[in-house]
Amino acid sequence: MSNLDQFRAETREWLEANCPPAMRSPYRSEADLCWGGRKFEFQSEEQRLWLERMAEKGWTAPTWPSEYGGGGLNREQAKILKQEMERIGARQPLYSFGLFMIGPALLKFGSEALKQQHLPPIIRGEIHWAQGYSEPNAGSDLASLQARAEDKGDHYLLNGSKVWTSYGDRGDWMFCLVRTNTEAPKHKGISLVLFDMTTPGVTVKPIKLISGKSPFTETIFDNVRVEKDQVVGEVDDGWTVAKYLLTHEREMIGGTGLARTGSRNLSERAIDALGTRDGVLDHPALRADIAKFEIDSKALALTLERFRDEAKAGASLGAVSSMLKYYGTELNMRRQELLMAIGGSEALNWEGGENGAGDLPRAWLRSRGNSIEGGTSEIQLNIVAKRILGLPS
Amino acid sequence: MALILNEEQQMLQDAARDFLAERAPLAHLRELRDTDNEERLSRELWAEMAEMGWPAILVPEEHGGLGYGYGGLGIVLEQTGRTLTPSPLLGTALTGVAALAAAGSGAQCAEILPKVAAGELLLALACDETARHDPGFVSCKAESSENGFTISGRKVAVHDGHAADLLIVSADTGNGISLFLVPADSEGVTVERYPVLDIGAAANVLLDEVRLPGSALLGPLDGGGDILNQVLDAARVGIAAEMLGLAQEVFERTMDYIKQRKQFGVPVGGFQGLQHRAAELYAEIELCKSLVIKALQSLDEGADDMAELASATKAKLCETAHSAANEGIQMHGGIGMTDEFDIGFFLKRCQILESLYGDRYFHHDRFARLRNY
Repeated sequence: MSNLDQFRAETREWLEANCPPAMRSPYRSEADLCWGGRKFEFQSEEQRLWLERMAEKGWTAPTWPSEYGGGGLNREQAKILKQEMERIGARQPLYSFGLFMIGPALLKFGSEALKQQHLPPIIRGEIHWAQGYSEPNAGSDLASLQARAEDKGDHYLLNGSKVWTSYGDRGDWMFCLVRTNTEAPKHKGISLVLFDMTTPGVTVKPIKLISGKSPFTETIFDNVRVEKDQVVGEVDDGWTVAKYLLTHEREMIGGTGLARTGSRNLSERAIDALGTRDGVLDHPALRADIAKFEIDSKALALTLERFRDEAKAGASLGAVSSMLKYYGTELNMRRQELLMAIGGSEALNWEGGENGAGDLPRAWLRSRGNSIEGGTSEIQLNIVAKRILGLPS
Repeated sequence: MALILNEEQQMLQDAARDFLAERAPLAHLRELRDTDNEERLSRELWAEMAEMGWPAILVPEEHGGLGYGYGGLGIVLEQTGRTLTPSPLLGTALTGVAALAAAGSGAQCAEILPKVAAGELLLALACDETARHDPGFVSCKAESSENGFTISGRKVAVHDGHAADLLIVSADTGNGISLFLVPADSEGVTVERYPVLDIGAAANVLLDEVRLPGSALLGPLDGGGDILNQVLDAARVGIAAEMLGLAQEVFERTMDYIKQRKQFGVPVGGFQGLQHRAAELYAEIELCKSLVIKALQSLDEGADDMAELASATKAKLCETAHSAANEGIQMHGGIGMTDEFDIGFFLKRCQILESLYGDRYFHHDRFARLRNY
């Protein structure tokens, strides 16, 4: 038996023994995701146990170095772990911005002290990280941001505000782009800093969306003290880190066009709702759109796989994350539109659905933001046109 | 399997690109049209392709082939899609060989495949009887007669039918569909050649009480329906590979053009109206690449979900290559409408490849059926 076969056998055995049965069922809604953090309330003992067991093995962050508590797996092993989890329909034990965003940035740009301070709590799901990027006057033109960190000798004093902080109300720590140099050109005077959101002077206000929900907040800084050792990368060179983080964010968002593990096929829902005649969905035009959507989903999934294989073979992929972000979000929006069409008038009930919370129309409305957040579709297309196709400015 | 080309496949790709650039660039197509070549096919070029081993790529090694599989042939087809080179690759080297490999007896394979591999025999699949692809509709009848079969009917739009030596014909045999090997020069066979819009040709084939020996039956009696679908799926993926080359080439030519062409004193490629459409098309072509390489690999592996994947691939390539060809003309502006300029050839070929063995509408419907909705 090869090493990888042995790893697979051991992994399968461990998952069988340690993944609680309740954690092997499909997600019913976003509420089933485990975000971790100080304020997080576990939905069930199984959810808590699943996180604890996976974190113990470092498998919440399978490829991170074991010295920080990560799994220390190579790509092949990580792929096997993913496959084995999919095989039994295991949910992700932890879903966090720490894992997807600031963690990878710390691994690449952070000082040793920052890695030792922040990576282990991320892996254990103890800290919920919030992102401070956009500002009221810095959206697509992010580099024009104005939140100001003034050098006070042994620390910075932060003033200004951030908007569109995802789940800012759950945030324990923030990674935040701030201006540390007002003299330099706009891309050159930015730094990425970290601070605890309970620091005096931080105020968090929810933003109510068209979906009726408030997954985002505005965060206001009034003389917030930021320690100097909490700068990721070089001072005034935060744009480099920010671009890296944005790439990660785009890749993460790009994957949302694909149905999450365990969620039902669009066509199955359509058959339940509309019925079939002679084995064919009883609505030809809708059926054709569903088929097109499913073909594109399959093609995007294969494209993610192909890019991973190309990267593994040494190709440099650069700006394709913009293409994936664009396509993945547009696809998810199509999915939500189709779900609304399949639902008909039932999809209009603001308090309808399985748990009476109007999940369907709210998810549809929420998805309208997919092509705005993380860089609008138009910004992604600009990047593809200039950086990949080489079209002139 | 990783969704990338291996070293051997990369070499094959380079060799194909170099050969076509030298011997059959787009100018070759124009030359064929303008010299009134009746067959719309250069036998000389085909002989050279045979020397390169192309008709032998899919043929198993025991029958004189190279055994590079669909992965290998797809690479060559992608390159001929870039140069729009007319050749019997699709009808003979892919569809014909796939049919024999799927259903041929030892004797049939031993007789036919070495000749195919050497480029000496051209094949064509005659399965459609209606203007829109519908391989399940077969009114052509084959009746058992003394020592064999008598076959009558009419097949339309037979790809490469105008040049083929041997036709593979689907016919109703009472309890199902069967496939037959019919020499094009058999008594009772009339091949009606007609030109198609890209300068190529196709044929309608009339079969009037054509008498065939029992050995003409390809595969089991009444059991040809499944084989036909399997062969068509291989052909569809091969067509998709050709369309992928076509889409990439027309897109690259168009990008080059809009970087050069100036209006209002600046290159038109700097305008966001064109940039966003170009970027969207780029994304669609990337998705197409993934489907094609996966589908070719799956053919070689004999994957269970081949039918679904073939329909997904053909449908997506029909859509994307067509947009790429349309945008090619639109973004070139007036010059794109002229016969003197090459860009229009891509749209013409694209329309033919779309129609062949099912367009996007056919395959959206089939994909949904295969997924039980």
